[in-house]
Parts: sequence; C-alpha cells; structure tokens
Amino acid sequence: MADDTIPRRDFLTGAGAAGAGAAALTAGVPAAKAAESANAPAETWLVLTADEVAFFSAIADTMIPADALSPSGSECGVPVFIDRQLASAWGAGAKMYRAGPFHPGLPEQGYQLPLTPRDYFAAGVEATNAWTRKTYGKSFDRLSPDQRAEALTAMEAGKAAFENFDSRAFFQRLLAITMEGFFSDPIYGGNRGKASWRMLGFPGLPATYAGKIEEYRGKRYVAEPQSIADFS
Amino acid sequence: MATRLKEIDAVVIGMGWAGGIMARELTLAGLNVVGLERGPDHRPAQDFAMPGIRDELKYQQRLELMGDNSIDTITFRNQPAQMALPIRRWSAFLPGEGVGGTGNHWGGSHWRFQPDDFRLRTYLQTRYGAKSVPDTMAIQDWPVGYDELEPYYDRFDKVCGVSGKAGNLKGRKIAGGNVFEGPRASEYPNRPMPHSEGGAIFAAAAKNLGYHPFPVPFSAASAPYKNIYGVAMGACQECGFCTRTACEASAKASSVTTIMPALRQEPKFELRTRVFVSRLVYDKAARRVTGVLYTDLKTGQEYEQPANIVVLSAFVFSNTHMLLHSGIGTPYDHATGTGLVGKNYCYQFEAPAAAFFPDKELNPYMGSPGGGVVIDDFNNASFDHAGLGFFGGGYIIASSGGSPPINGRSVPEGTPAWGSQWKRETVKWYYHSVHFNTQGSVYGHRDNYMDLDPTYKDALGRPLLRLTYNGTDNDHAMSRYLLSRVENVIKAMGPAHYEMRPRPKNFTIVPYQSTHNAGGTIMGSDPGNSVVNRYLQSWDAHNLFVMGASTFPQQHGYNPTGTLGALALWSADKIKNSYLKNPGPLVHA
Repeated sequence: MADDTIPRRDFLTGAGAAGAGAAALTAGVPAAKAAESANAPAETWLVLTADEVAFFSAIADTMIPADALSPSGSECGVPVFIDRQLASAWGAGAKMYRAGPFHPGLPEQGYQLPLTPRDYFAAGVEATNAWTRKTYGKSFDRLSPDQRAEALTAMEAGKAAFENFDSRAFFQRLLAITMEGFFSDPIYGGNRGKASWRMLGFPGLPATYAGKIEEYRGKRYVAEPQSIADFS
Repeated sequence: MATRLKEIDAVVIGMGWAGGIMARELTLAGLNVVGLERGPDHRPAQDFAMPGIRDELKYQQRLELMGDNSIDTITFRNQPAQMALPIRRWSAFLPGEGVGGTGNHWGGSHWRFQPDDFRLRTYLQTRYGAKSVPDTMAIQDWPVGYDELEPYYDRFDKVCGVSGKAGNLKGRKIAGGNVFEGPRASEYPNRPMPHSEGGAIFAAAAKNLGYHPFPVPFSAASAPYKNIYGVAMGACQECGFCTRTACEASAKASSVTTIMPALRQEPKFELRTRVFVSRLVYDKAARRVTGVLYTDLKTGQEYEQPANIVVLSAFVFSNTHMLLHSGIGTPYDHATGTGLVGKNYCYQFEAPAAAFFPDKELNPYMGSPGGGVVIDDFNNASFDHAGLGFFGGGYIIASSGGSPPINGRSVPEGTPAWGSQWKRETVKWYYHSVHFNTQGSVYGHRDNYMDLDPTYKDALGRPLLRLTYNGTDNDHAMSRYLLSRVENVIKAMGPAHYEMRPRPKNFTIVPYQSTHNAGGTIMGSDPGNSVVNRYLQSWDAHNLFVMGASTFPQQHGYNPTGTLGALALWSADKIKNSYLKNPGPLVHA
C-alpha cells in the first residue's frame, strides 16, 4: 500500500497526463501525442477528487485503449465527461424518486438505492479500490494493464467480492457512463476531436437526410462529423 | 384551503394527444376550456430547435422529455405475493411530461386495430369454440366496432398527416399496402417514406415466402402538409433521432405540432402549465364530478377548478390513479376478482432480433422510423391459431433509422463489451446490422392489475399507484411464435449472422422495452364489465370522460396511439352532438 501514500496532486497533472501515461503503457501512443497531452493545461475538476480522476482515467483507458482506431478513453476526455455529468442535475439525482423505505428488492425491480449517481459512483470507486488493494495490494489506477483488465473482467462477471457493494451492477454503470463519454456529442467534454464518431463513421449533425436515402442506397455516406458546437 | 375559481365549461387534465384533441374539438363546439398540464409547455421553435435537439445524451440517455419520478412514480412487482417497490427512474417504459406528453417523443408508428380485435372474445369463441378462451384470460369485446370508429381513424390520419400506403380501400385489397387491415375510407394523407435498405432486403425475402410486406404507417408528413385544423407541418428530414426526441421540422405528429398551434390562437382556450392535479371532486349522490383540485407548482397554492365537463386525459397510470384516489368506481380486488378500476392492465409484448450483413452498406444513423417495412401476416385474425396453444399475435417489422452512437451500436452476441476487440467489432458491424421487432399483443389476466400502494407516497402525499404485472404463458407462447416467423424471413435474407432476442420469463422494469401500457379504466358495454362506456364516459359520473389507452380492454398487436386518437375524436363528436344538448348518461345501464 506504500504507493498509495504518494500525494495525488503530485501524481496527476490532469486527466490528459494520466490518460497519456496509461495509454503509453498499454498501446504505445506516439511520443509527440503523449507530450502534447502532458503539456495541456491541467483540468479543473468540478466534483471529482484526485483519487476519482485517477480511477476513472484508468477505467476509461482499460475499456477504451488507445489503438489504431482511436486515442484512449482519457485522451478523449471521458473523465472530464464523467466529472461534468456527476456535477450536473442528473448527477445530483434530479427526476429520481428517492423516498424510502429502502429494500434491495428483486433484479426485476431495478435500482433501489437512495444514492444519487454522484454518491453511487463515489461509493463504487471506494469499493473497487478497497477490493483491488485487498486482491492486488494497490488501488485500481496503480494496477498494470493486465491486472486492470483482469479486475474489470471479474467485476463484469460478478466474481469480484466487494464488501457491501454490488460489483457487477457497478461495472455496468461504469461501462455505461464511460461509453456515454466516448460517444456523446463533444459539448459534454468527452469524445474530443469527435474521435469516436470518426472511428464509427457517424456524421453527427445536421442529420438532415431527406433525399439522401435513395441517393445513398447501398452506398456508404461519408461526411466530416460535426458537433452541436459547430452550429452554435 | 383551496381557492375556488370561477366555473368553466370544460377542464382537460393532461395536454398530450387525447387532451389536445378534446381541447380543440370542445373549443370548436363553442365551449370555454382550460387545459391543465403538470409539466412545462413545449414550443417547437425554441424547445425543439436545431442544433440542440440533435443531442443523443440529453434526450435518449438522460430522458429530457420524460416524466419526473421525484414527484410521481408507480411501484412495481411481478406477483401479488411480492412487495412492490418504486420505479425510481423510468426505464422499461417512458411516459412523457409537458404539453404534447408522450406524443412528443414517440416513434410515430400509427396503426389501426383489426376489425376482429374490437370483437375479440366473440371472434375467438366463434372461430375456436365457446370454451376456447381460458377463464384466467380477461379479454372482452370492445363496446365500439371498427366500422363505427373508421371515420374517426380517418380523421385522426388527417390530423397527423400520416404517411403510408393503404392495403384496403373500402374493401378493395391493394398489394403493397396492409391487406390485413380493415377497410379504409381514404388513402393515407401522405405518401410513404422510402424504405430503409434493411427494410428493402426484408421486403424482398418476405414476399418470396408469400407474406405481404408494406411500409409502416408513420405519423409524420413525408412532404409539407396542412392538417384539418389548418396547422402546417414540415417534411420529415430522415434525421435518425426520432424516438425519445422531439421533431425540429414539426413533421412528426404530436399535439404540439398538429393541434397546439391552432389552440394557442383560440380565445376559448386557456393553458395552465406546471399544475399538479391531485383529485377529482366527486359528488357521488349526483353522479357528477364538480371539478378538480390542483396545486400550482409555481406558487404552491392549491386551487379548486369547478367545471361542467371534466376530461381525464393523462397517461394510463395517472388516469387509473386519479380514479382510485378520487373514490370514483370500484377498485379491482385481486383476491375476489371483483371491481373494475385498475383491472386488465396490459403491456405490449415486444421481442427483437438482429441480423448482420457485412457486404451491405446500411448507413444506420440515417432515416426515419417510417422507413421500416412490416408484415402483418401474424396478427390476431390474420392467421389460423388452431393447435398453436395461444391467442393473439402482432406485426413484424424490419426497423429503420435511429442508430446513434451511444445507443445504436450493435455487435453479435458474445462480443466483449469493452477493450480492443470490442472496438474492432463495433467498427466492423456499425454499418452492417438490421434490427427487427415483433409488436405482440397482451391479453388481460386476472393477476395483472393496478391498485394503490400501501407504503409509498407521491410529492402531494397521495399513495402511489401499484402495478402488479408479469408476462403470461399465453403471451410468451405468442411471442415465441412471432420470433420463429421472423426468424424464417431473416434466414431468407441471407445474413452472415443473426440472433433472436426472446423476452425473459419475468417482466423487468429495466431496460427499455415499450411505452405501450393499457387498461385500468377499461371501456365496455355495461357497468358490470367496465369503468367507462362506449363514449369514454364514466359510468359513475356522467360529466367525466376518460381518454387514452387506459380505456383499452386489452392490448392488441399494434401501437396504441392511432386508436387512442380515434377514440378521443369519437368521444368528442358524441359530446358535441348529444351530451351538450342533454347532459346525462349517454348509454343507459
């Protein structure tokens, strides 16, 4: 556990740097690109703690590793997306019924906790790190790429025995918010450079295809992707 | 203490499809009408405008247009022996909120039920024997027939500017349309949308197998259109964001795009938004509702709005809840099988499939739901059920449009959900998948119902509505059969890979399945089998009219909105032509 005593603020200069480091570990991002990220201004975080930034960056880079198809999840801004989402009205539990009494219920009855998304993710990060410390002796972000993948696989299969927290359910929420960050419009802080849209061939806006259905029948429609911001 | 307001001719609770129709029709008849809406107003020019409306995260993931569970939700359990727990955030179904209601974010599938759907019990007993319908199956004939409703179906088509192709014009069958539909008085107002490429491949394969493919009727204008209320609609832009999102082109029909522009000019109409109706004021002795109680969410003040006519046109759950909470009618008692309010809750039994065509370019983000292609060969009266062991059925569709990147990525089963291989497979298949759906009927069962929850409360302190529902053996057998039929067509399409996605044994409130809920305030021929009569008039209060799919005796194998709109127009006509002249019961029990 000794490595966990290193102050986070020294370790992290922002998600870009953390992400670049993680990506370099996993897939050998070109040096120039990594340097560019390292020189980027440090993010100002709305709600995430340094531990959480490190955690979500490591998750994003494990779920979305840098390769020929796209930069890594953290290079694409997924942790920034998560920060802003958890700071949003949604993150604070807007439009969610939160009255008790509380019961675990059956899987058919859906989410039954009083925790807002922000509280739920905070608890999940703590539970995951507690489990990886017990299992690997380190917090999740300090694991090797292979260990991270192994840990996520165990969580996904419900085989990670978290104390007092449902690891499989948490994995699904992590996967969902990470993918939202990778694929949503860049106005939310993720999908930087429309990386995922380029990867898929999704053109984004304006999405006015009247007349194009017949024109592109059986042919791929290709366009430079555009964001909401490009029209604002 | 509620402040008592001046009496009004009619008050409408809920300004979605049915509420919009009633407000328009009653003001045209000369009545002064107040529309009460719990959510916000929605004005397309500013609320549904480009570029912000093209936001998958906001609308499809964070559910911007859906109801606020923090102030009102329902509780749910599969079986009466379980404890129901609250739905803390909508998922399996997505009731909308605000002017336009669920109609703002629907996919626009605009259907009529089959003529034999309206006489379901009689039809089944005539064709399959007097004892063919099991005692647990709580189906019943509608108190209105297809032929009576046809003029109103026709009128609703012309409110919405529906795009499609008729398959039965006044009894003449037309190839390329739905030859299983009831006779239509007129062709659809607009030409069908172009097929998606996946739909075109499906159509060719289905035709080869002897089925009858046709374009899904789509409640959006394929070309600029002026509707019967004089409201101008734009042409569908094939944007691919339709469902869960509103329409920036005002092409997709909703009360906001087809009715409100006229009502906003109508001096006899007043809209009050952000008001939460808590109760109908019921004079049981007079068999009348004297008005409604509501809380203005902008001031916190409670008001009593007296009215000569009360139209209850909220979502299925709120309609049922309002009657139960107001003490109108007899609540359904599951233990004894008696009582009617809350009876015959029916869901829609949808089950999907996917097929993968590596050699076809399918531009999955492009197109409208109207590009889908349907076969209706396996709906209720379309085929012989002898020896199959179930009743019911549904249409089968090769879907179109609506594969934006967060929600619309499809990869074969067994593909990792993350990591490098996931990425490669995601890119490999994004342009090459076709999706299918089966729109299965759900027939009432004595164990599926709604009542008041004993534990949980809404923001006004009222007990929540409690839903007890699970899929029945009949409906599961029906759904498996539909999937086996679509599988035959998919095989004939020659995909590299395909997968059928049957429904799980238990209904679950996650993930999204369908917003088609029905029943709870069902219509029927007498007070012994129904909550409202054939004109949607309450048997217990003659000036109360209950609108929407809550009045359906059961759910048929089609989307409900076409019938919901036709029923509202049918009821409005009767109010205008009979009730106003002689207020009282329109059907004598």
